[in-house]
Amino acid sequence: MNPANYLYLAALLFTVGAAGVLLRRNAIVVFMCVELMLNATNLAFVTFARMHGNYDGQVIAFFTMVVAAAEVVVGLSIIIAIFRSRRTASVDDANLMKW
Amino acid sequence: MSMSADGVAGGVVLAEQLTRTSTGEAVQFWILAAVALLGALGTVFMKKAVHSALCLASTMVCLALFYMAQGAVFLGIVQIVVYTGAVMMLFLFVLMLVGVSSVDSLKETLRGQRVAAVAVGLGFGILLVAGIANASLGSFAGYSGGTSPSGAPAPSGTEGELIAQNRNVEGLAHIIFTRYIWAFEITSALLITAALGAMVLAHRERLTPRKTQRELSEARVRENINLAPLPAPGVYARHNAVDIPALLPDGSISELSVNQTLRARGQVRDVSREPVHRVAELEESGEVWMEQRGDVPTARHEGEEGGEPTEGGAPDGEPDGAADQDPDEAGTPHGDSVAAGAGSKESRS
Repeated sequence: MNPANYLYLAALLFTVGAAGVLLRRNAIVVFMCVELMLNATNLAFVTFARMHGNYDGQVIAFFTMVVAAAEVVVGLSIIIAIFRSRRTASVDDANLMKW
Repeated sequence: MSMSADGVAGGVVLAEQLTRTSTGEAVQFWILAAVALLGALGTVFMKKAVHSALCLASTMVCLALFYMAQGAVFLGIVQIVVYTGAVMMLFLFVLMLVGVSSVDSLKETLRGQRVAAVAVGLGFGILLVAGIANASLGSFAGYSGGTSPSGAPAPSGTEGELIAQNRNVEGLAHIIFTRYIWAFEITSALLITAALGAMVLAHRERLTPRKTQRELSEARVRENINLAPLPAPGVYARHNAVDIPALLPDGSISELSVNQTLRARGQVRDVSREPVHRVAELEESGEVWMEQRGDVPTARHEGEEGGEPTEGGAPDGEPDGAADQDPDEAGTPHGDSVAAGAGSKESRS
């Protein structure tokens, strides 16, 4: 097996995640799909690190994880705040600022 | 510098370009790639958000194994601890807060958005895969000192040594705390900001002062509605689940006995017909048994329904007739005894 197959898998996972963000309405599921995309890029970073034979890619993936953890905390509390005021977790119903 | 040059030279001598992985890794890849992809598709297409979360967790575990297979042992462990451990649990926690049974609305706010999304997704996927297929990736350097496809020299110095010795954690620590120290320090600011932001967003300011227990009880007496505590859920200890309402004297259910949240979600389980029938059957068989023993159950009936001598008298005169009557109108004679039970329960609690 060519190790480049990891890159194809990362591309597929990223695509599935992107399609999920576009398709789903539940804010939490949309958020999970964003996490899926982040994970796919991490896989690509790790594969590139192996391709170049150094650890820089792994460090970037590590920082991606840190940022993703911070992002999850803030994003989920935003979802909770919206749910509290509007009684819904659907992305369609948060349209107060719609033009 | 001479040391690093030696290191490079040694690396080049040992250089082993990686064009094919080992068979074991290939087998692992094909199995886990299928699982990961199925998990990703499940995340998108599962109807319930909890199922989506579990599918995503399985994908993340697969990715952790991929990291380890590619030499990123530390990242593999971190992936499991941080993603499947912390992040997914946070997701499930919020799901429970928001309501597990919330399902996507099927109404399309933008017309044709779904079709367009699928088309864009497919196009994007084809674009990505074609891009990778067209890129001249060359052979992989791997961590055994090969040269990368860009022609850049293998890392030298301490980093090169650590990579050559396959010491992943030390190698990562070495470059995080030297080359990436600034990014690492910035990360701390990010984490503190995120924690503060989460607290600010999730905090709810109390608009009115909290009512004391005394004020609450006084208000209840003043309103004079449901003065006594609300009835407890469960029927005759046959069902003690919280979603099963208590029975009222007439055999109907008491909505008040079920938690407000469950009522709002429409998750009240009505089993009122079942116990009423069952109790009627029990009493019937009891009467038959008493008759067989030769006792006429006068005293018991009068004691139970002392307020209504007409009803209490009926079984005295002709017990058979009363027994025949029962199945037709499950509510009337035995419903009253049910009422006695439910009523006493309500007044007690």
